[in-house]
Amino acid sequence: MEKSRSELGQIIVGVARDPLGLMGLIIVGVIVFCAIFAYWIVPYDPIAMDIKSRMQGPSAAHLLGTDQLGRDTFSRVIAGGQVALKVALPAVFGAMAIGLTLGMIAGYGPKWLDNLLMLFFDTIRSFPTVMFALAVVALVGPSLQTVVFVVMATSIPTYGRVARTQTLTLRNSEFILAERSMGASMARILGVHMLPNIIGVLAVLAAMDIPTVIALEAGLSFLGLGVKPPTPSWGALLKDGYSLIRQTPWLVVGGGLPIILATLGFTFLGESLRDVVDPKLRKQR
Amino acid sequence: MTDTLLEIDHLSVDYETGRGDLKALRDITFNVNKGEIVGIVGESGCGKSTLISSILRLTAPNTRFREGEVRFKGQDLLKASERQMRDLRGADISIVFQDPMQTHNPVLTIGQQMLDIQHRSKQSKVDKLTHAAKMLGAVGIPDPEARLKQYPHEFSGGMRQRIAIAMALMSEPDLLIADEPTTALDATLEVQIIERLQELQREFHCAILFISHHLGVIAELCDRVVVMYAGAVVESGDVREIFHNPKHPYTRRLIECDPGHIKERARVLPTIPGEVPDLANLPGGCIFRDRCDQAMTRCATEVPPLDQLKEGHHAACWLNHEEVTS
Repeated sequence: MEKSRSELGQIIVGVARDPLGLMGLIIVGVIVFCAIFAYWIVPYDPIAMDIKSRMQGPSAAHLLGTDQLGRDTFSRVIAGGQVALKVALPAVFGAMAIGLTLGMIAGYGPKWLDNLLMLFFDTIRSFPTVMFALAVVALVGPSLQTVVFVVMATSIPTYGRVARTQTLTLRNSEFILAERSMGASMARILGVHMLPNIIGVLAVLAAMDIPTVIALEAGLSFLGLGVKPPTPSWGALLKDGYSLIRQTPWLVVGGGLPIILATLGFTFLGESLRDVVDPKLRKQR
Repeated sequence: MTDTLLEIDHLSVDYETGRGDLKALRDITFNVNKGEIVGIVGESGCGKSTLISSILRLTAPNTRFREGEVRFKGQDLLKASERQMRDLRGADISIVFQDPMQTHNPVLTIGQQMLDIQHRSKQSKVDKLTHAAKMLGAVGIPDPEARLKQYPHEFSGGMRQRIAIAMALMSEPDLLIADEPTTALDATLEVQIIERLQELQREFHCAILFISHHLGVIAELCDRVVVMYAGAVVESGDVREIFHNPKHPYTRRLIECDPGHIKERARVLPTIPGEVPDLANLPGGCIFRDRCDQAMTRCATEVPPLDQLKEGHHAACWLNHEEVTS
């Protein structure tokens, strides 16, 4: 256990040495910190209305002003970050885990299974994400879980395909043949030898996918298909701000800025991670 | 000492291809005894690799075993279940591959990989690591404990091949297959690896099936030699007998072509003219006759059998029959 921790430490140090990586690390760190401790950070209850002080500009009392119902925008941005991560993390990691497993089985298993899984992936991919979301929401109604499900289901094929391609290139490599000649079982080959070769690529993909998912959640909320109204979400903030942009621009700023920052942060982190994870590149840095 | 470990008995293997069946191995018969080093020589494409993948049953999906048996300690490996094969691989039979740059997982440390191949053992992790370090020391890697923490790309080719040998010998197998283990290395390393293999063989008493196209190495290392040509055994026997008294023209030409045997300065290095015949459409008669400078009319029509000429010396050539008959 101690060994893997030092390895993780090495990766973090490697990312922090890269200026863009450091920036990504800081932005992501702040977002995650705010999401975890949102309850203690928010100056006001994010869903408490105060009609008397509605649509105010920034002031000492309200850092980012208030919305049309007098709710504190800053509090809603912080709480919205929590919602964004609650959607993005389970969706991305769920999709990665399922996609990875199915992709490796497709790449290593018999041809018929490969064809079947590829057919499954292609079927999912043929649905446009938003249309798929509309259909699911129409069936079960908007909620956080629905968004997580939709995002997860639509991103499984991406991970699956990458995992499959990686497995296919690896399965004929000599070191896998060497493992087989040493009597390793299929589970051992996939779990011990293939996985560490593939996981780096997928982790980078996942890090870059998180902002997409956050944007998707915001987009669905913007359309009124995401999280339900009183719950704060960056997309919902944007939606409110969009209709009130002539009265107060602060809602658009409050909703848009964190989306931009989150996208940049996770993308920088992902790119830096990609360079660091590869042990062949590690020594040259 | 003369117990038979591996018996290859009239083995014929085909590859199914779009052009028809490629007869990769035809009627291969030879034995490997316990603790013996047997060399297999032949030019590229003569079926050496097919032979070893058949022994381990790690063959391509289009491989068809047509006939014959591969018996290891009396058990027919071609009929064994996948499970039984997996238990044999790495435990009783292990292999060292040709290219040491490719045989290690690039993202795991050598220690992790050496731990992993001991997955059958019930020992603690610490014991396994000690054993791994001991094996690295045995193949001549200095400071093995520290080296266990390094990745394959941090080692040179010669070191990686020694690590591969250490891994193969880890479970003290009865049979070590070495598939041209020195071809990818330079000449000085080649000598080191060969000497190391000899030492280890004495220490572990395993039999070695050594595949090479370098005759010098074979002469140095092996007790017996099997000469293969176009998927068939053309001559086999004691290493001295083969080198000093070759009875098949192909063996003779191979020895002439070995740079180590050339005494005088030659402007052109000797070669064997012609090519290996198309294995999908084998001509009748002797397979070597198109390249043989002593071919007779009989060679075009009849396939020469692999006859015993002396105790432990077999060759498949009609020339020997004339000698015997006349």
